[in-house]
Amino acid sequence: MSEPVAEELLDVTVTVNDVPRHARVPARRLLSDFLRHDLGLTGTHVGCEHGVCGACTVLVDGAPMRACLMFAVSAQAHAVTTIEGLGTIEAMGPVQQAFTECHGLQCGFCTPGFVTTITAFLEDNPEPTQDEAREAISGNLCRCTGYQNIVKSVLRAAEIKAERS
Amino acid sequence: MKPAPFVHHAPRTVEEAVGVLERVGHDGKVLAGGQSLIPILNMRLASPAHLVDINGVAGLDRVEVTDDAVRVGALVRHAGLESHEAAYAASPLLRRTVRHVAHPAIRNRGTTVGSIAHADAAGEMPAILALTDGLVEAVGPSGTREIPWHDFFLGALETSLAPDELAVAVRFPRLPAATGTAFAERARRHGDYAMAGVAAAVAVSDGVLTSARLSFVSVTDVPGVVDVTAAVHGQAPEEVDWAACDDLVRAHLTPESDIHATAEYRAMLATRLAHLTLARAASDSISSSAGGSAA
Ligand SMILES: Cc1cc2nc3c(=O)[nH]c(=O)nc-3n(C[C@H](O)[C@H](O)[C@H](O)COP(=O)(O)OP(=O)(O)OC[C@H]3O[C@@H](n4cnc5c(N)ncnc54)[C@H](O)[C@@H]3O)c2cc1C
Ligand code: FES
Ligand code: FES
Repeated sequence: MSEPVAEELLDVTVTVNDVPRHARVPARRLLSDFLRHDLGLTGTHVGCEHGVCGACTVLVDGAPMRACLMFAVSAQAHAVTTIEGLGTIEAMGPVQQAFTECHGLQCGFCTPGFVTTITAFLEDNPEPTQDEAREAISGNLCRCTGYQNIVKSVLRAAEIKAERS
Repeated sequence: MKPAPFVHHAPRTVEEAVGVLERVGHDGKVLAGGQSLIPILNMRLASPAHLVDINGVAGLDRVEVTDDAVRVGALVRHAGLESHEAAYAASPLLRRTVRHVAHPAIRNRGTTVGSIAHADAAGEMPAILALTDGLVEAVGPSGTREIPWHDFFLGALETSLAPDELAVAVRFPRLPAATGTAFAERARRHGDYAMAGVAAAVAVSDGVLTSARLSFVSVTDVPGVVDVTAAVHGQAPEEVDWAACDDLVRAHLTPESDIHATAEYRAMLATRLAHLTLARAASDSISSSAGGSAA
């Protein structure tokens, strides 16, 4: 075991939802905590902190990644999109809209991770089959809904996306 | 939980990274994709004082396809290898297997070299390095060396990489012409670590089997290869009894019980998956050589 080291603070700037955001944080600050505690973007949820549940999934340069398995300092050169960047109550993104229509959430804890994951998935696969939709969400855990309505939401989101474009 | 404090190093070159590793010695750890290391830090199973984050090191993010091999740099993400068309053409087994590594969100960040350096026998890519007779390119203070897979994997999560060495790439040699491949695994949930997984490489020539080899995921301590050629040599793929390989396979396995599966169940799965992948690899060999002669 190595000797404990003194905490060192670093200036970290990350582009989040198109805005450069800055904070002075320890090197060990996880991206998930940077978003929530330092930037006040509490839409990104934290469940397991070891990559299994998917609640903390954000888009890094458009690709879904676990915010609990990245350090804020490692995100510096990258563009991060959180659930806050995917729509508002007044102007919901297609995936958010689909979740409300299809009853894709109950407590909503897992929802931000599903929405980011599905948003990226539909970019690659705009017309998924039900099986593909099911596989696309297999890396995210939901304790409430039993997944049926989330699968419906993926398919509905694909329709909404097509209608809007 | 949160990681303990550490000093973050962000080298820009391989030499700089090796320099830091040499200076900090056993107190240092390389950070690549972090998809295995950060969970360990979050759970405080390790608390290295120095992390050498190689994500800013230039030149490590390339897949190179040569006449002999597919060379994968230390910053190539699993997803990058998965989508690489030339790598797929040269060695279809790579894509067939890497898509079983975790979920897309993990593959977008985790690196193939990192999973080999992590040397988890529950990982898919160490098994493929073994089956393809691959090697690891490492750079240390005294220069570059190439480490064949059988000298690289020493034990569970243990490799022959020195603390001051950086794995800069791995090379997966192309398999001989007319070799067919297949990969299959069973996991509790698609994308989770497999309860058992098997990769097969089979060559069929003039309608009969001339070689058959297997490597395993999650049922051995260390990645390794079983040559089952003796049990099936000279037989036609459609007539062969794959169960003839079972004794060789079972002798190689060292499965363990955990909350997901008992050791017996894992061994049973591994032997059944061996039959399945051997048969698939044999038909892959036939169809790939048919495609080859038509071209
Ligand atoms: C939820 C979840 C599920 C997963 N499921 C699977 C699965 O099914 N199959 C599977 O194979 N993996 C799985 N993984 C692990 C994943 O594949 C990782 O990408 C991989 O194990 C490690 O790669 P990395 O780049 O993230 O390495 P890191 O986590 O950065 O490093 C891992 C170890 O290797 C060392 N290391 C990394 N790169 C180098 C280098 N270039 N030189 C020297 N040392 C190095 C590090 O110091 C560390 O000790 C899973 C991970 C998670 C979080
Ligand atoms: S909190 Fe990140 S995956 Fe669970
Ligand atoms: S809606 Fe409650 S955890 Fe998914």
